[in-house]
Amino acid sequence: MSSTFVGMPPFPKAASRAVGDAQLRHNLRKATHTIRDKRAAVVAEQPDWAALRAAGAAVKTRVLRHLDGYLEQLEAAVERAGGHVHWAADAAEANRIVIDLVRATGETEVVKVKSMATQEIDLNEALAEAGITAYETDLAELIVQLGDDRPSHILVPAIHRNRAEIREIFRVAMAAWGRPAPDDLTDDPRALAEAARLHLRERFLTAKVGISGANFAVAETGTLVVLESEGNGRMCLTLPETLISVVGIEKLVPTWRDLEVFMQLLPRSSTGERMNPYTSMWTGAAEGQDFHLVLLDNGRTKVLADGVGRQALRCIRCSACLNVCPVYERTGGHAYGSVYPGPIGAILTPQLRGLGSELDASLPYASTLCGACYDVCPVAINIPEVLLHLRAKVGASGAHKVEKLTMRAARRVLSSPALLAASQRTAGRFRRLTPRRLPGPLAAWTDTRDVPAPPPQSFREWWASREEQK
Amino acid sequence: MSSRETILARVRSALADIPFAETPDAVPVPRDYARTRTGPDLIELLRDRLVDYRATVHLDTPVAELARARGRLMVPPGTPDEWLSGVDVVRDDPPLSPAELDRLDGVLTGCAVAIAETGTIVLDGGEAQGRRALTLVPDHHLCVVRRDQVVRTVPEALERLDPTRPLTWISGPSATSDIELNRVEGVHGPRTLEVAII
Amino acid sequence: MRVALFVTCVNDTLFPGTGRATVRLLERLGCRVEFPEAQTCCGQMHFNTGYREDAMPLALRVGEVFSGYDAVVMPSGSCAAMVREWYPALGVEVPSGVYELSEFLVDVLKVKDVGAYFPHTVTYHPTCHSLRSLRVGDRPHSLLSAVRGLTLLPLGGADECCGFGGTFSLKNPAVSAAMCTDKVRNVLDTGAEVLCATDNSCLMHIGGTMRRERAGVRMMHLAQILASTEEDPA
Repeated sequence: MSSTFVGMPPFPKAASRAVGDAQLRHNLRKATHTIRDKRAAVVAEQPDWAALRAAGAAVKTRVLRHLDGYLEQLEAAVERAGGHVHWAADAAEANRIVIDLVRATGETEVVKVKSMATQEIDLNEALAEAGITAYETDLAELIVQLGDDRPSHILVPAIHRNRAEIREIFRVAMAAWGRPAPDDLTDDPRALAEAARLHLRERFLTAKVGISGANFAVAETGTLVVLESEGNGRMCLTLPETLISVVGIEKLVPTWRDLEVFMQLLPRSSTGERMNPYTSMWTGAAEGQDFHLVLLDNGRTKVLADGVGRQALRCIRCSACLNVCPVYERTGGHAYGSVYPGPIGAILTPQLRGLGSELDASLPYASTLCGACYDVCPVAINIPEVLLHLRAKVGASGAHKVEKLTMRAARRVLSSPALLAASQRTAGRFRRLTPRRLPGPLAAWTDTRDVPAPPPQSFREWWASREEQK
Repeated sequence: MSSRETILARVRSALADIPFAETPDAVPVPRDYARTRTGPDLIELLRDRLVDYRATVHLDTPVAELARARGRLMVPPGTPDEWLSGVDVVRDDPPLSPAELDRLDGVLTGCAVAIAETGTIVLDGGEAQGRRALTLVPDHHLCVVRRDQVVRTVPEALERLDPTRPLTWISGPSATSDIELNRVEGVHGPRTLEVAII
Repeated sequence: MRVALFVTCVNDTLFPGTGRATVRLLERLGCRVEFPEAQTCCGQMHFNTGYREDAMPLALRVGEVFSGYDAVVMPSGSCAAMVREWYPALGVEVPSGVYELSEFLVDVLKVKDVGAYFPHTVTYHPTCHSLRSLRVGDRPHSLLSAVRGLTLLPLGGADECCGFGGTFSLKNPAVSAAMCTDKVRNVLDTGAEVLCATDNSCLMHIGGTMRRERAGVRMMHLAQILASTEEDPA
């Protein structure tokens, strides 16, 4: 994965800063609860949800277990339909391929549909270095780009911004990128959306190159699928003469028919709608367009190699796990130091990038293991299971030396009923000395909570005395 | 080694734990979700769901009558003449530029299939639908749905669709939820979707 | 019925009242309760923090200590979830007949009215592991609803985590505290005198925050309320 987030502090530090931002907490709480409720309502409407979820998980499992064959099948189908297929082993190669393709058109400007894959590889930055300007056209991505900000959510990258902040960003920054914001711009969401429409309209109508990702790629037919809401996707996918789609190798589904599952799972899980306003499906060089598919690995095969962690590649980027996560709700996405925040990010990022940095090694611990993410996941990724699996790797690596020693000492006590009883007696004897503030790492507890004083008699002592009296 | 070979080799080595003899079909996919359902009247359901996502819906109103009220309309090839009596028609021949499409009052099309449960209309570029830009750039889309084109569920719709054609699924006018997760209708696609069920 | 009590190390050490209440309750319902004294800990803390090597001997001990009983009852949702859901990940065989207390009462003893009396207003926090791992569902509610004198008040945002999460509360203290603040507010909004749950660790977290804020709500494990009678009130 990209290096953009290098230098980010580990999760607890960044999270602590985010928790202290009252505006951010307010924005996030409102937004996540709104979408959480919408999702719950449209999922409840679907009587066969559990069966769809099981089918979705199984289809993705099938793809992953036979990914090589499906990739070859997809490649052949796209080429048969007049498209070109490129393979990118890492971010640098993907960026190079895209830059070369854009240069071949002679253009220096491209319009982009929101895409996680291109965020992941920092395509916009690479294009800029090559003298090519990429215009983000999704409203939230536009807000992020104009605000020189980072996305904080998979579906709604500007979820951390409220309407007043967005108005300010538009007022200050739109002019530098094209048509300025109207002078009388209010913070009414309708007015803000209208300002974005006007700002981008001319751009769409004259764009010669479009860049996208894809939600699904059908191996059998070579069909690519993009779900969206605003119509910016349709603009970028259909108006330009050249279309370049950067797609992770895990986005495949085997057959056309499999879409009947995902076209039900994704909209309801994602935006909480029965169906998103627009979906485009195209196969190869549709309507005579010059179409290029860039298949991206960039760490995905490393994830695939882990028998437990592999399930993270089932992810269809709906973001339901973010919206329901109590940790994400308090911290927002930036604390995760990756374009993939929230519970799915906590298992995907450390697998894509490895556990080498302090930040990445802290991500598997960014969860209470409450399990809400697993419940809502439309492809049944057992996120707690993968978190625990990754924690075991961190623990075994010996990265946390003091913790490891403490855990070993605790094991020694807990491995012996006699030692446990002895420490209980000691604690009971000195119970009046239980401090209000605990020392060392335990201070984190007493900063906000009282500690219970140990009882004078443990349960096992009570039981033993009761048995004696019998 | 090309990157193609590199990636495929990486995939194969990552999947070393999968039994060599396992075929894709050996990975079970339970298909016990609903292909169809019984429930409220199909047309009523479609109308409700379209209205719920802020489309305007007409039942059995003559198409020409609706079209006449809309000014200069783009009309794709294959549009029945009876929809067009008295309508100010623009043809895409020779093809109009995006800027020219942007100056039209709207577009009149048919569709390939409509999904009642989700309030979705699917266009496949066939008769009376035209290329994708025609229903994208003009600000008003008047779409005609014949009763026999309506199915209840998503799986039923996919059965009727041809993946080799460019498909556009439309569920209400363009919208965004990017500002505080509030849905706002009308961004880049047509800001008005008017559906005539005949 | 020969029932083993797996009291759990947290209850044994810090909340013996829960263990005593469980014994009283089960004996009142006619069970022969045994406390295998070789028991210690299920290994959850080690496992959840990433120290499987240290969790392993503890899990193996559980298997040895608790074999041969008709049922093993645990007054802790998260420890029961550790045994039932995660022992397979350690490669340790799950001992048969392990139940969280409310499951044992409703599913095995088939009682809902356990003959308790507790004339107070109570709100119930479904802890994450009892809710989403064990799926105890409305068993605790049905048990509490049958308690004479008890008024059960609905808790807003009930299914949201309190922010404890074991070592999460130490590793991510700011987020943990923020989550708990919201939980505390929801509890206070009910106006209940008592907050009840099936996990004392979560109650320790919520209660510790409340005590710091002098909120005056009493934390009680489900076992304590169900053990309470007119003659011997909790």
